[in-house]
Amino acid sequence: MLRCVVRNEWAILPPYQSTLTKEQEACMPEPVQLTTFGVTEIEAQQALDRVKVRDVDYADLYFESRTSESVSMEEGIVKRAAKSVSQGVGVRATAGEKTGFAYSDELTKRDLEIAADTARYIANSPKGHSTVPVPTQRRPTRDLYPIERAKAEVATAERVALLNEIDAEARRYDPRIKNVMASFNTEYKVVLVATSDGTLVSDIQPLSRLQITCIAEDRDNRQIGSFGGGGRVAFAYYREENRHLSYAREAAREAILNLSAVDAPAGVMPVVLAGGWPGILLHEAIGHGLEADFNRKKTSAFSSLIGKRVASDVCTIVDDGTLPFRRGSLNMDDEGTPTGCTTLIEKGILRGYITDKLNARLMGIPLTGNGRRENYQSVVLPRMTNTFMLAGESDPQDIIRSVKKGLYAVSFGGGQVDITNGKFVFSASEAYLIEDGQITKPVKGATLIGNGPEILTKVSMVGHDLKLDNGIGTCGKDGQSVPVGVGLPTIKVDEITVGGTQR
Amino acid sequence: MLEKMTASNSANGYAQLAADVLAQAKACGATEADIVVADGETFSVQVRVGTVDRLTKAREKRLGLRVFIGKRSATTSTSDFSRSSLDRLVADTCTLAGAVVEDDVSGLPDAGHMATEQPDLDLYDDTVLDTDTQIDWAKRGEAAAFATDSRVTNSEGAEFDSSSGRVVLANSHGFVGSYKSSNFSLSVSPIATESATGGMQRDAWYQVQRKFARLASAESIGQEAARRAIRRLGARKVATKRVPVVFDQETAGSLLANLCSAVSGYGLYKRASFLLDQLGQTIASDLMTIYDDGRMVGGLGSRPFDGEGLATRKNTIVERGVLKSYLLDTYSGKKLGLPSTGNASRSVGESPSVGPTNFYLVPGVKSQQEIIGSIQEGLFVTELIGFGINMVTGDYSRGACGFWIENGELAYPVEEITIAGNLKHMLKGIDVVGSDLVFRGRIASPTVKIAEMMVAGN
Repeated sequence: MLRCVVRNEWAILPPYQSTLTKEQEACMPEPVQLTTFGVTEIEAQQALDRVKVRDVDYADLYFESRTSESVSMEEGIVKRAAKSVSQGVGVRATAGEKTGFAYSDELTKRDLEIAADTARYIANSPKGHSTVPVPTQRRPTRDLYPIERAKAEVATAERVALLNEIDAEARRYDPRIKNVMASFNTEYKVVLVATSDGTLVSDIQPLSRLQITCIAEDRDNRQIGSFGGGGRVAFAYYREENRHLSYAREAAREAILNLSAVDAPAGVMPVVLAGGWPGILLHEAIGHGLEADFNRKKTSAFSSLIGKRVASDVCTIVDDGTLPFRRGSLNMDDEGTPTGCTTLIEKGILRGYITDKLNARLMGIPLTGNGRRENYQSVVLPRMTNTFMLAGESDPQDIIRSVKKGLYAVSFGGGQVDITNGKFVFSASEAYLIEDGQITKPVKGATLIGNGPEILTKVSMVGHDLKLDNGIGTCGKDGQSVPVGVGLPTIKVDEITVGGTQR
Repeated sequence: MLEKMTASNSANGYAQLAADVLAQAKACGATEADIVVADGETFSVQVRVGTVDRLTKAREKRLGLRVFIGKRSATTSTSDFSRSSLDRLVADTCTLAGAVVEDDVSGLPDAGHMATEQPDLDLYDDTVLDTDTQIDWAKRGEAAAFATDSRVTNSEGAEFDSSSGRVVLANSHGFVGSYKSSNFSLSVSPIATESATGGMQRDAWYQVQRKFARLASAESIGQEAARRAIRRLGARKVATKRVPVVFDQETAGSLLANLCSAVSGYGLYKRASFLLDQLGQTIASDLMTIYDDGRMVGGLGSRPFDGEGLATRKNTIVERGVLKSYLLDTYSGKKLGLPSTGNASRSVGESPSVGPTNFYLVPGVKSQQEIIGSIQEGLFVTELIGFGINMVTGDYSRGACGFWIENGELAYPVEEITIAGNLKHMLKGIDVVGSDLVFRGRIASPTVKIAEMMVAGN
């Protein structure tokens, strides 16, 4: 229950440190009704009326029901299976910059009233009810993850079989693979948002992820390799073209490769980032710095840089929550706003922030549908969805050939940023030396460190090979974890500090 | 006002609930089972630039069930304590357990090993604080930061939290344990601005106590937070070079946390630790003696029994550099052929894992100032960021900021640098342990110095 940590450092957790789980089923034949949560429309309306006193600008109720399941294996056997169910409501009021918030895992009329009274505490006076329109139920206008329930509900035995095949495949890849740890997590989340601006909207959000870690041993030399993927997809996704086996081989390959890795270099040098998951550079270097809350409070290194150049003109970066089946995608955000595609940086110029209702209103800027929360126990914050750089024109081979001496980084663990001074890090888990335009030896993991507002001005080449990650990212902010995506074409950063051990 | 628990949620009420669910699991075919019931109340207020930014209040409860059917096991949890929900939970758990593979070493601890006494470790404070008092603490903490120096121009806010809760653990051996605990904390996160360049730096300071009365003044926390933010202004990069590195208490604590993970049973039996097969071997400098003490009175990591109901105790982990004990629960212990050390940690809905209680490095004699004073040129690290640690190999590379040391003095603040090495060598390379041990969390370390590391900058 200790929550006292130094704030302002937001991170993408490395996949193996993440805890997210999920279950997939879900199609959206009909909107979810309040009665699913044992609450009547009148009770919800009364709770909103109670919290929306005169000087409360906005209030909402967030009902959530979540079922998470996981199976995991190690040492060749599927030892663990777990399931958790949680349900509750979060009640929020905002007045000016203030937010009052309460939540409850009981959904009685009395619990709603208590929560409403707590949430409105931030109002100057608990009097003067304003009129809350009767919410009209609407559906999200699209379904980005239309998964038929029947195709998603699989018996635990099928998940166990999936993991068994993965274990065998990884060990078959190389006899030096001595342990395989694999887990399959699913989450099935039903949310319903009722707001004082007259919205009643629901969504069903399936999510799943397969994660594999291999330990390779060669005499005294031991190494680790990881790979994973997922999204808002059905179970069949993992078996399509034996995707699960390709993940297993990738994890094994990385572990075996790292057995022969040499010490990483130290100091400033050119770095070529491969496409896909290395996009966490964008998430850390600029994404968090462009979340509206930090900019409203003027605590971000990007405060007041709108319209200014923060990247070279080959860089265009967007946050797009509308990509079908993606881990970071949502039909609507957690305030009921449809997600969209927001241009953050256009040809190097900073264009916009990502917002939730509170910050959009206070800053007088557009609402982008990025208000997200981990669960009913958390408050809404502006958060990223899928953040990526658009493809450029360079041939990836030419990009590598252009480097005399540098680093080629293919995969990363996690990253972190200090919003206020802009310094960010991300740690490579698979990287190679580039010598005279050729990829040569693999190097041990090293942390790369840079300055957010500066680093993208040093991007001199952008490949035509945009790739999105496989669906493993979990972003942490203010103690809340949410699933996100990133993407990147191959790019060349002319100089960045590489934290190795060798001169 | 924190609301009082209703009578039906008392420890006795939960013990009865636990007994009912255990009986039901047995009827469902479970050969063994244990159950955790936890509830609590939390209050949190964040103040920013003098006004309330966010106020949160809630009550929570959760029940976690683990069943064994022979050597197969599964775990479930729910926040819904209704009869029908619990019926479903028990049935689901038994079905899940039937779907996994037999695991020879799985099971509860032996019945004869369960904790027999449950000492009061002074973990709970029944002080009830009203909302305005807690807002006032946060406001005073932040105001003190602003008042410390005119360069403190902005704030990420100040936060006061109070929480209290109860844990009941029961198992099919007939063990029933329960304890209450509370936490009170204040953190202040000011932002300082350098007028010439407009460059901003933030830092933070915090305190956490089991007892409200033990909190230091809000003002002292705000002032320290301000001092830490201001001293970072004007930070620059340094040239890449090998130098001695001093870790302050916070960052030294992170090294200790890395060591703690490396000696935790689960990483060891999975062969995912850089300290495999090192019991009885020298793994660190002979200046290092480390204890893990679950019975420290009022400790932030103390508890009368662990996540499996075994008695907690004081374990010697490292003695003068020699690894004396791993941290184990029953399962990871059996995998390694050793008894549990009473370190099972348990999230309500999960199988036990291993965690530290109060894990600390015994202090030496030199002050932080003396340690810095002994260095011609080096780095004093006050913050580390990123995840660049490979627990399998010990390879270490993290982002750092702090101060450059010249001629025994802190010459100027530094940032955008990394420090790199290998934890195996770093632990052996600790050549000074400071005298300044303070318990601010469940892992605590005095200042330490490592003879040499690679610092990467320009």
